[in-house]
Order: sequence, then structure tokens, then C-alpha cells
Amino acid sequence: MARTHWLYGALVLLAAVLPSFLNPYWVDVLNSIGIYAILALSLNLIVGHAGLFNLGHAAFYAVGAYTAAILNTQFQIPVLWLIPVCGLTSGLFALLVARPIIHLRGDYLCIVTIGVGEIVRIALINDVFGITGGSNGIFGIARPVVMGWVIRTPHQFYYLIWTLVGVTVVLFHLLEYSRFGRALNYLREDETAAEGSGIDTAHYKLASFVVGAAWAGMVGNVYAAKMTIISPESFTFWESVLMFAIVILGGCGSIPGMLLGAFLVVGLPEVFRGFANARMLVFGAAMVVMMIFRTQGILPPRPRRYRPTENGWGEGEG
Amino acid sequence: MSLLSVSRLSKNFGGLSAVSNLTFVVPGGSVVGLIGPNGAGKTTVFNLITGIYRPDQGEILFNGSSIIGLPTHRIVARGIARTFQTIRLFQNLSTLENVLAGYHCQMKTGLFGSLLHTGRQRREERQAVSIALKTLKFVGLEGQAEQTARNLSYGNQRLLEIARALATGPQLLILDEPAGGMNEQETTRLVELIRSIRDRGITILLIEHDMSLVMRVCEKIVVMEYGLKIAEGSPEEIKGDPRVVEAYLGTDHEW
Amino acid sequence: MEQFFQQLTNGLAVGGIYALIALGYTMVYGVLKLINFAHSDLFTLGAYFGLTLLSSLLLTDKLGPFWGTILLAVMVMGLIALVGALLDRVAYRPLRESPRLSAVVSALGASIFLQNTVMLIYGARFQVYPQNILPATALNVFGIQVPVVRILVLAASLALMTVLYLFIQKTRVGTAVRAAAIDQGAARLMGIDVNRVILLVFMIGPALGGAAGLMVGLYYGQINFTMGWVYGLKAFTAAILGGIGNIPGAMVGGLLLGIIEALGATYLSVAWKDAIAFFVLILILIVRPTGLLGERVAEKV
Repeated sequence: MARTHWLYGALVLLAAVLPSFLNPYWVDVLNSIGIYAILALSLNLIVGHAGLFNLGHAAFYAVGAYTAAILNTQFQIPVLWLIPVCGLTSGLFALLVARPIIHLRGDYLCIVTIGVGEIVRIALINDVFGITGGSNGIFGIARPVVMGWVIRTPHQFYYLIWTLVGVTVVLFHLLEYSRFGRALNYLREDETAAEGSGIDTAHYKLASFVVGAAWAGMVGNVYAAKMTIISPESFTFWESVLMFAIVILGGCGSIPGMLLGAFLVVGLPEVFRGFANARMLVFGAAMVVMMIFRTQGILPPRPRRYRPTENGWGEGEG
Repeated sequence: MSLLSVSRLSKNFGGLSAVSNLTFVVPGGSVVGLIGPNGAGKTTVFNLITGIYRPDQGEILFNGSSIIGLPTHRIVARGIARTFQTIRLFQNLSTLENVLAGYHCQMKTGLFGSLLHTGRQRREERQAVSIALKTLKFVGLEGQAEQTARNLSYGNQRLLEIARALATGPQLLILDEPAGGMNEQETTRLVELIRSIRDRGITILLIEHDMSLVMRVCEKIVVMEYGLKIAEGSPEEIKGDPRVVEAYLGTDHEW
Repeated sequence: MEQFFQQLTNGLAVGGIYALIALGYTMVYGVLKLINFAHSDLFTLGAYFGLTLLSSLLLTDKLGPFWGTILLAVMVMGLIALVGALLDRVAYRPLRESPRLSAVVSALGASIFLQNTVMLIYGARFQVYPQNILPATALNVFGIQVPVVRILVLAASLALMTVLYLFIQKTRVGTAVRAAAIDQGAARLMGIDVNRVILLVFMIGPALGGAAGLMVGLYYGQINFTMGWVYGLKAFTAAILGGIGNIPGAMVGGLLLGIIEALGATYLSVAWKDAIAFFVLILILIVRPTGLLGERVAEKV
């Protein structure tokens, strides 16, 4: 137990000083990794914990990003204040979209999520309601401001993003060790048995979508502020596939797996930039190979432990 | 008044009549057995009671009110818990967590409590684990809490399913072939367990092919064949009923 | 009225192409319950192989446009059939006993792999098919000028579909395929070599998809390594519309979707043309997930 704490402590220390040793390009790569890590963590709730095949997660990401972009450029509301709003809009959108389809069987749900992702993207391109800026997107999004400090350089974004990663990791870890987290796993393992044990499976399926979407929406806000320009191109099906791949390859349902997965899937192609075109090829092949040889992913989750405390039994840390 | 009352229940699948005009009651505090040859419609009856299927005709009253049309998890909340004919445990989760699944509906913590681990949430978790462990002890699995469900022996898996069902705090426990795959010793332990459950005030309705168990533990038996009820009565009455003997029991059975 | 008829025939032609691709999805799903995401890339491969063979072998110059195209189609279909079989062997067969999610991921990976292979070999830009092969004339049908190519494409699709339909309904092997789609276990017990059925399905489906790719190349003249994406999703919608796993359903679904799309684009909005298919998809899955011709199968509890 203490050993894991030492490890985490060391990692946090490393993370804190890392940007000082790297040039801005690599810091920006780490920023990308951080964003994808949060996206993967959010999708992990839906795919990893609840076991629902969601291949349209980019749509929720987009809703958050565009919410921030529109409200900031139209009403000059500071972006960081909009984070909860973005979470809200993405969450509500997920609720609206998932409600009629939540009872669908696995593969059908998968296809519908692809359809939803595409419809959102097409709607953005077609400038629906006249506010999305069409295929050019929206530009001129303000930088985040934290207590008077404008966050502009990759270095500064690094701390913002990775703090958010840290917060997400902590909160989602707590969520795993709770009634909610267990309910998601029960419905993934055997929906009929879960329902027969008294768990409202429809509610939890929907909840996983909403929470996962809300988180993706919030990170979409940060993405918009970082890029200052967003367009529908950043939210294609292949983005959804990328996030999905991180979850699966990293290890469904595992928080360390999500982080490692993000590092590998986003970081490795950067390391092998020379082989730019072959990257995707290798990526595709890697997915096939992983499924054949190690279905559970690189860092599969460890079982939850419940250990005795002074007052009897309670939850433990895995 | 009876705890569970099934009247003129019917269910068709395509052209096949799985359950036909079935009527019986389960008095509170009793142990009732539902027997019959394979394909008689017994599990279908259970699925109708627990809301997995919707009846085409008829009424199901629990504690006097109709439960037709309610989603399964609400029926569980009302007080009916079940085990499955083919074991449906959460195989990759621990024994303890399987029981905790049953206790889920008795807990209140929602999303925010789960996310933030409030004091109330932690108290509820501790209590849940404590109750789950007590339930495991009650069925005889107390040493196995940390074991992954799929590693349990077949007989123990059946006991775990019962523990999970008990954790929901039911008034009526529905057991679908609880002795399936059990040997003599395990079956005897099961008989004792069923009696202990009954002594706690929980009513039991069970499907079983093991006649020795049925005759030992049931106060009343309902016999089905081809979706119809062909007999109902005490074990003595059923043993002697010619229709039952012809359809199902045969004449050389010893019990 | 004229425009309606034009769009109708246009929709049928495109629909025929959707149907051919949809058949590949539906056959694989019927037997393996797997969504072959890589199928759309086999379609793309068909278009590219067609171009390569056409340019290098100059079939149409030597044999004339009609026989040249036929031979070209046969060759493309044969090649794509082989690739299809290889795809199954490498990416799906090892996962027969694994959870469904693994096969989905593998399918996605295979799709990415194939798509990028095409891009690496042929480049990312649009490639152009020679234009002088199919007749550029128009035929007079009920007083309306319908381009001959459109009729040819539709005729070719219908011909292939008819052959497949007869094969599935009338031959022993075809019946084996249908049996395996209904219940693999029972089929095996009946002495059907399910592995061979699967192999066959992974050859016929892709072959039809490859043919569709070739037709798109000839009909529209332009191909691109990403073309599989849009066509694939629409074809999949068509398969679902007709009832996934149901072969006549895929045919009907394809033609129907083509018509809905063409008419929708004309009378509702062109910008949302691609979205029409997705709306149809979601609507069908909510209202009638088993599709127009599909059967609901209950799960035993």
C-alpha cells in the first residue's frame, strides 16, 4: 500500500517538473496526451465500466467545445467559467440522444452512436441554427484566465490540463469505489442478472452516458480555449475511434490504463513522426494484434478490495 | 391474505402456449414448490412474476397489488427476489461484490455521494459490506468473500446466487432449480438453508426436479405440464395423485 | 415530374450499389453476428484494383467495352474475394471464441489498416477512371432521357443480386449459408461445415462489395481512399433497414435507401443528403430494429 503511494508521489513530482526539461513542441504533445487522457477517462465510464459500445464520443466533445466557443465569442464570458456550462450542455445532449436508444442491444447501440456522431458533425458543417460557423468553424476564442493570469503558452496549458487530469483521476477513482461504480460493472457483466438483482439498468446506462458526456464536454472547453479556433474537422468519426482505441488498448475500466493508453496512442506517433504515413497503418495493425493476444488491454483493472478497518469492514484502495 | 396470487395467467410465444390459464397462491411464510417435466412452463412463470415477460392474460398480485407491467428492478424493490436456472452470477467480480449487487436496491447513495465519498456514503458502504458478509455467513460462504465468483464450486455458486437474492431484503424468494448440479450432501445443506430462510419470515417459491428436496421442504406443491396446472396440494396428496404420477413422477421413486 | 423520374432512376442506380455493399455486411452479420467494419475498405479496394487492372491490362481496348468490363469485373471480384478470405483468417478467425467487443475492435483496426494501405500505395488524392468506357448516351424511357450508364449500373446490380438470390435459395450450399445464419450450432450438428460457410461468406460478400467499388469508379469517374467510409455507413444503414442478416432485406434496403436519399436531397435539402441515411438509421433502430424484413429473436432467460 505504502509502495503505491510512493510511486504516485514520484509520478506527480515528475509530472510537475517535466515541462522544464522539454521544448514547447513536446510540452504541447504532453498537452494533447492530457486532453486525450481525460477523454479516454470519460469514455471509460461508458465503454469500460458500463460496457456500452460508444463510437460517437467525439459528438459530446464537440458539443462542449462549441458551447464554449459560441458563448465566449458571442457574450465574452470567460472560458473557465463556462466549464460547468459545457458539462451541462453535453450532459443534456447525451440525455436527449441516449434516452430513446438506451435499450438497444450492443451492436445496434454501437451503430446508432456512430450515426449520432456523424449527424452532429454534419449539423456543425451545415451551420445549424446559424451559430456554428459552418465548415470554417469558430475562431477568436479567448484564452483561459486563472486569477488574472492568462494561460497562453504550452507550458502554462500543461499545468492547467494536467491538474484537470489529476482531478479527473481522483474523482473517477472514488466513483469506481462506490455504489454507482459497482452498478455500472454489474450491468456490464450481465444486464439481466443486474436487473434481477434490483438495479435499474436503464437508469445507470443513461447515467454513464450523461456523466461521460459531461466530462467530455468540459474537456472540450479546454480544447477550444487552447486552440482558439475550432472546426468540425476536429470531431470526426476517427476521433471517436481514437478515443475508443485508447480505452480498449489501455484496458477497459482501468484508470492507469487510460493514462498509459493516451501516452501510447497519442505519444508514440509523435515519436515516430518520421514514418508519418505508416503510423495509422501500425495503429490499425496494433488494434488487431492486441485483440488477438491481449484482449483485456495493456493495464487491465485490478479487482476492488474491501478490507477491515477499525470500525469493521470498508472500502480499500486497489 | 396470500403473499403472491397468480390467476388465469397465460403466455404465448409465437404459436406456442407456454403458460395456460394458471392459477395458484403462495401464502405468506410458506414454502411452495412448482414442479413438472421440462418444458412445462415453470421458468416462464417465474419470468412472468419477475417482470421479464409480460403475460398475455391474467393477473399477478403481490401483497394485494398488481405487479404486471412493472420493470424487473421495481418488482425486486417491492420484495420479490430470484435466482436463475442457469447460474447468472457476475463471474468476473468477487463473491462479496456479487452479494453487494443484491444490496444495491437497499442503498441510497447517488452520483454525487459516489463521486465525492461523503461521510454518509462511507458509512453506508461500511454497513453494506457488513451486511453482505453476514449474508454470506448465513448461506455458509463466509470464507469466500474475496474469491472471484467464477472460481467457486458449482454448488457454492448456487449458494452465492441465493445470498445475492437475500441481500435485496425480499419478502418472497423465488428459487429456480437451486439444487441443480448439487450432490447429496450439498442438497441436504440446501434443505436446511431453505428452512432457515423460511424461519426468518421469508416466503419461498421454488422450481426443482430433485424430488427428495421438494418433498422434504415444501408445504405445498403445484404441478404443471404443457403450461397447465394439473395438480395442487400437500406433498402427500401430490405423491398419490395419479395424473401427477403418470405425467412426471413415475412409480419407482423413493423418497 | 421529369425530375422526379430522373431522381428515381438515379436513386435506384445508387441504391443498387448500396445493396451490393449491404449484402456483404448482412451476410457476415447473419453468420457471425459481427459488424465487418473493414467491408467498406474492401469496396474501396475494388475500385482501386479495377483502376489498376484497367490501366495496366487495357482490357477494354483489347476486348471492347462490354466484354472488357465483364472480365474486369470478374477479376476484381475474384481478387477482393481473396482479400476478404484473408481478412477473416487474420483478423476475425482468432477471435471466434472471444467476447464480441474484441471482434469489433479488431474490425475497426483492420479497417484502419486497409484504408491506410490503400492510401500508402495509391496516394491520398483523388484518382480518375478512364472516361471513354461506358457509353455516354441517353435512352428514351417513357419520354424522358435517362443516361444509359445509370441503366447499366442498375442492371448490373440487379443481375448480381439475382444470381446471389438464386444461389442462396436454390443451391445446397446456399441453404447451408442460410442455416448457419439462423443457428450455427444446429447447422454444425446437421453436418454443415460451418467454417467453409464462413469462408464462402467472406468471399461472396467482399466480391460483391468489390464489384460495387468498380461500378462507382466507372459511374462517377473519381475514387478516393476515404470513399468507403460514407458508402459503407449508408450500405450498413440499408442492411439494417432491410433487416440485418436478411439477404433479400439488404437488397430491398439498398434500393429503398437510394431512392429515399435521392428524393430527399432533391426535395428537402442537398446539404443534408449524407445525414438522411443516418436519420433513417436511427429512426429504424428506434422504431423497428429488426428492419423491414427481419424477424425478432427472443433471448432465453
